[in-house]
Amino acid sequence: MSMNERVNQKEFEYRTSPHLHSKFSTTKVMWLVNLSLLPCLISAVIFFGFYQLVIVFTAIVFSVFTEFLIQKLTKQKVTITDGSAFLTGLLLALTLPPNFSLSATAIGSIFAIGIGKQVFGGLGYNIFNPALAGRAFLQAAFPVEITTWTKPAFSVDAVTSATPLAAFKYDKVLTELKLLIIGNVGGCIGETSAIAILIGGIFLILIGIVNYRIPLAMIVGIFLFGGIFNVIDPAKYPPPIFHLFAGGFMLGAFFMATDYVTSPFTSKGMWIYGLGISLVIVIIRLFGGVPEGVMYSILFMNAFVPLINRYTIPKPFGLKE
Amino acid sequence: MIISIKKTFKGGVHPEEYKELTAHKSFEEIPAPEEISIPLSQHLGKESIPVVKKNDKVKIGTLIAKENGFISAPVHSSIAGTVSSISKTFLQTGFQKTSIVIKKDSSNETEFLQPLDYDTVSSQEIIQRVREAGIVGLGGAAFPTYVKLSPPSDKKIDYIILNACECEPYLTRDYRLILERTEEVIKGLLLIMRATNVQNGVIGIEDNKPEAIEKLKEVLSNYPQIRLIVLKTKYPQGAEKILIKAVLGREVPPGKLPLDVGVIVQNVGTAIAIYDAVTKGIPSIYAYMTVSGKGIKEPKNLIVPIGTPLKNVIDFCGGLTDDAKRIVIGGPMMGFAQFDLSIPVTKATSGLLVLTEEEVKEYPETNCLRCGICVSVCPLNLTPTRLVRLIQKKRFEEAAKLNISLCMECGTCAFSCPAYIPLVQWLRLGKQWAISNKV
Repeated sequence: MSMNERVNQKEFEYRTSPHLHSKFSTTKVMWLVNLSLLPCLISAVIFFGFYQLVIVFTAIVFSVFTEFLIQKLTKQKVTITDGSAFLTGLLLALTLPPNFSLSATAIGSIFAIGIGKQVFGGLGYNIFNPALAGRAFLQAAFPVEITTWTKPAFSVDAVTSATPLAAFKYDKVLTELKLLIIGNVGGCIGETSAIAILIGGIFLILIGIVNYRIPLAMIVGIFLFGGIFNVIDPAKYPPPIFHLFAGGFMLGAFFMATDYVTSPFTSKGMWIYGLGISLVIVIIRLFGGVPEGVMYSILFMNAFVPLINRYTIPKPFGLKE
Repeated sequence: MIISIKKTFKGGVHPEEYKELTAHKSFEEIPAPEEISIPLSQHLGKESIPVVKKNDKVKIGTLIAKENGFISAPVHSSIAGTVSSISKTFLQTGFQKTSIVIKKDSSNETEFLQPLDYDTVSSQEIIQRVREAGIVGLGGAAFPTYVKLSPPSDKKIDYIILNACECEPYLTRDYRLILERTEEVIKGLLLIMRATNVQNGVIGIEDNKPEAIEKLKEVLSNYPQIRLIVLKTKYPQGAEKILIKAVLGREVPPGKLPLDVGVIVQNVGTAIAIYDAVTKGIPSIYAYMTVSGKGIKEPKNLIVPIGTPLKNVIDFCGGLTDDAKRIVIGGPMMGFAQFDLSIPVTKATSGLLVLTEEEVKEYPETNCLRCGICVSVCPLNLTPTRLVRLIQKKRFEEAAKLNISLCMECGTCAFSCPAYIPLVQWLRLGKQWAISNKV
């Protein structure tokens, strides 16, 4: 076919610039985040056994199925292959206690997608992190089950089934840092191993999917606010490094608070948001009725995101002073 | 001469460069076609006025249209032959404009301007020559160069920046000009400095062109008055305002021009055009351009007589591949897609790209993820996601308040958007509203 014929047959696209695109797409981003949670999944199996995979599988299946069902019923385009419902299920499962009941897991997943995400309009429109919304619902609905912990696999005498945060809150027992970093402590399925979380988290930062500002702001915040109280009374308040590695802080900092949809899009906003989360975490952990506060802190700050965005819109080029 | 390394600006992206397709290829001259159509709107500003009529004989370099008002430029013939008609043709921007169609004869006679002596030519003479040679900014905007070289007397200019960034992927025109005509590029810059009576000359180049940097360093040792600044490679560093920020740290306020912060920026191609016009008397009748992309069989760097149809350029480069998908004039980030291959090459055509399915591959658009990547990459510190959401809801006033008119449509946001939202198109819509409502 001659060149002119090809032009006449509209074989060439006629559209406006830019004509190139980066290699990222929504689907790719979501699946890469899913992939980066693989180390957490492995640590879960190592410390709490293969059964955790069944919980993860259940959460994912019910999340994806709920998304499918709602999109079908409301006659939207079905987007279950984009990996976002999969991610919600996976993240929810990682925040549940080991050996958690499968029926409750399923209920949490349905809530996470149905109420946490689809009610607001689906991907991109939800105000609260869907996985944490599901987790909060389970906390209210199954208060006993969700605080029933299992001993990690390689129990030594010092290790109890109680989470390090509970051990400190109620018995003033400070868990050894080494155990916290490796993850050989009681806790939720995917939150105990700082190393596993860091591998995935740093991977996401390096390939440019996660902005470093939110995790960094949270870490700075936990040292700042945790440090202040520790200085005031070291016997009563644990050192900030304990706050950093205990409980769900690491998982929250790298995988929950960094959820695109429910975190600020401005640089300044990310700092405010991250610092705010850490402040609330410290307050809940030290003065609240429960030992852990990461989930509530993130949900709390989620609510402020639209406001933070509004007031942190950067000054455009050429308008600074 | 001071070399400071790795200055840059905030934001931006680093697309795959694809410059290796043509970086090693010397300029080739493409033979003039049998018939050319030279548009009278090759520059920003008013269309030039024809000074020839049907059946007039013209030579290479003959003036065929004169400037029309202050912001305009004369046009010269790029071949020797006979004017066969003055008619409307499509331009690369998609508009139909008047062109002078010339049929080639075998004479090949030239009618250039009187060459001037490089050592003694005065400021006034340089500006006059730039004006009569019809030189326009060859970085893409095609703004008449003599206007830029004659700032109002109340504006104090203290820096001339030679833009050697060539930050658009694929393009290697400026790179090849620096390699092949190093001394002349520098002399072009010196002529600009002499014309504007400015003592500080700076060449801004990105660190992805080590050979060009070496070459410049070597020759610049004889020209201590010019500084070479090596910048970290990032798009859109070659945008005038961004380059000024990267090199000098000065920010041009919205609605103002570089000369308001004491700077004039000229592109490498323009510097060569000025050198050729002054010392050889050659008017602006050749486009130095890169023809590249995976959809063209033999990517090349070419010297093309203006008015040559794109079809001839493509044929000269071996034709299209079977998977050619999009034909673009300019760079891939800001260039114009073409629908008709009879469209002529103009003075400021710096590239012709034929992109394949693989290169322009796009995924379906999804909801905005609020990821903020567009916010962090915007070199002008705008918030594309917010602006676009406002525009989609027709809340134009609010978008205007957030300085939408500042957007230069560089495409950095749309390039990065994982949701594949056509951000630039939406922003253009909002800008259009702001322009027509004078906000």
